[in-house]
Amino acid sequence: MKNSKRPSRRQLLKMGAAAVGGGLLAQPKALAAESPGKLGIPLGPYGERSPYEKAVRWRRDTKTPETGSSFSPLQDSVGTLTPSSLHYERHHAGIPLIDPAQHRLVIHGMVDRPLSLAVADIKRLPSITRIMVLECGGNSGSEWAAITGPDVQRSYGLVSCSEWTGVSLSLLLKEVGVKPDASWVIAEGADACRMERSVPLAKALDDALIAYGQNGEALRPAQGYPLRLLLPGWEGNTNVKWLHSLKLTDQAYMARDETAKYSDLMPDGKARIFTYRMEAKSVITFPSGGQKLPGTGLYELTGLAWSGSGRIERVEITTDGGKSWVAAKLHEPRLPIAFTRFRLPWRFDGREAVIASRATDETGYVQPTREELIAVRGTNSGYHFNGMKFWKIQTDGTVRNVEV
Amino acid sequence: MWKCSVVVGVVLLLASIPLASQSPTFGVGRPPTPEDFRELATAIAPDGTGLPEGSGTVAAGREVFAAQCARCHGQKAEGDIGPILVGGQGTLRTPKPLKTVGSFWPYATTLWDYINRAMPFDKPGLLKSSEVYAAAAYILNLNGIIGEADVMDAKTLPKIRMPNRDGFVSDPRPDVGPKAKKPN
Repeated sequence: MKNSKRPSRRQLLKMGAAAVGGGLLAQPKALAAESPGKLGIPLGPYGERSPYEKAVRWRRDTKTPETGSSFSPLQDSVGTLTPSSLHYERHHAGIPLIDPAQHRLVIHGMVDRPLSLAVADIKRLPSITRIMVLECGGNSGSEWAAITGPDVQRSYGLVSCSEWTGVSLSLLLKEVGVKPDASWVIAEGADACRMERSVPLAKALDDALIAYGQNGEALRPAQGYPLRLLLPGWEGNTNVKWLHSLKLTDQAYMARDETAKYSDLMPDGKARIFTYRMEAKSVITFPSGGQKLPGTGLYELTGLAWSGSGRIERVEITTDGGKSWVAAKLHEPRLPIAFTRFRLPWRFDGREAVIASRATDETGYVQPTREELIAVRGTNSGYHFNGMKFWKIQTDGTVRNVEV
Repeated sequence: MWKCSVVVGVVLLLASIPLASQSPTFGVGRPPTPEDFRELATAIAPDGTGLPEGSGTVAAGREVFAAQCARCHGQKAEGDIGPILVGGQGTLRTPKPLKTVGSFWPYATTLWDYINRAMPFDKPGLLKSSEVYAAAAYILNLNGIIGEADVMDAKTLPKIRMPNRDGFVSDPRPDVGPKAKKPN
């Protein structure tokens, strides 16, 4: 505590009485009489954030600690990148600890030259770096319910945005020579459950990456160290972590996590399968559920928008429960399939306000309301909720979730 | 000399472009070894491709289940720490659908594949092929899909027609808003 006050004392002295409140005027003399300033802590090999910063992931209770989800604290986010240490997580059998020197990616099946690649082999190839959002297919699953999630972290926090570095999967597929009859790639991870997903070959050849880097360093173990699949715009589960096998086949393998899970049950009893893409979505992160405005006056509403189909073209904000909408300012650059931050100045006059954001992407797709989604899909589809999120700012400045 | 080889290299590169899709361009990696494949789970296709030798009866599966599965899924697969595996047929259109192996899973091959790759939860890979066939047989029998005397192996398992085999449709999105596709 004492150390942290030092710089502000010096600033106060420099700024002088004119810039300081009257109550502090008596302070400088006493502080100046103290011994000279203390040195800070020595330099360290790997950085830590300030102990005064408290933003952490929220973890939903599960019966087994190795499975479950942890939600990114969007309400504390600034800018458009998620720190690797706060990236959302979804695991099905714990986080394996893998020695990269022992890890191999095997590409086999319907190929001319099956290959076993060391991580070093992959790092030798031409690299690609792109900023990209990753969202769990089950993000906002709470919003299908009659009572929606209480805050932005627990209701929209299974989404994060990172700079990823890796190798184009199409380049690796060229190395192995895909046979003409192949149409699918079966991806498998090296976690205990050997997570398996079927990926259409067209996607693998289009923009898929085999990533080894995240935000300027190696992937974190929880994000697939040392190698993961990245399928831009597609639900998180298909972006198989700890990737160790790509098998070229002529059929989807109907894995448990694409049939029993990650399929969307409709009111007629049929389930949509291979619902890969995450559609345009946005949410206001400030002010948001659980926060409190300290008083009336001018604020800046801010939040995040993203789309698995490309760039965010427009974000509109309502402060009257959806009756009227006004365009928010979008931060540049607006990258495709990445977080775009939006802002709008707004004056809180002490009257109740119901706020929400609505994103439109470059394809012209407009983020729907919760009611529009439910009208088509019912309430049992579980995945791919991308509806608007309404917050009610109450007269005392407290903010809570509200179903509109 | 150095310049010479660059020119030769460029010429070779240009000459190879039409064949690029068939030629290794970097030559990284090596052919996979049996050890590499031992790390991978056996991936099973819905037509049964990949299913190994071995077989399992419902009776054998009852024992495997009691020893390895029941402590999480319950003695009768009614669910506990692990999910319920039986029942739910006829509920998918109701307000409270119960998605189980019997009511929801479209392929029996997926059951073999998933037990083999991911179960038991804390010791995946523990079961031998025949034990996986047996456990699958028992769960299918509990759901009324196969009889007590049926035997599961690489031939019989893919032929099972699961109750919800036709319960899946392709992705029709965008399905809401101005870009929504018209229903077929």
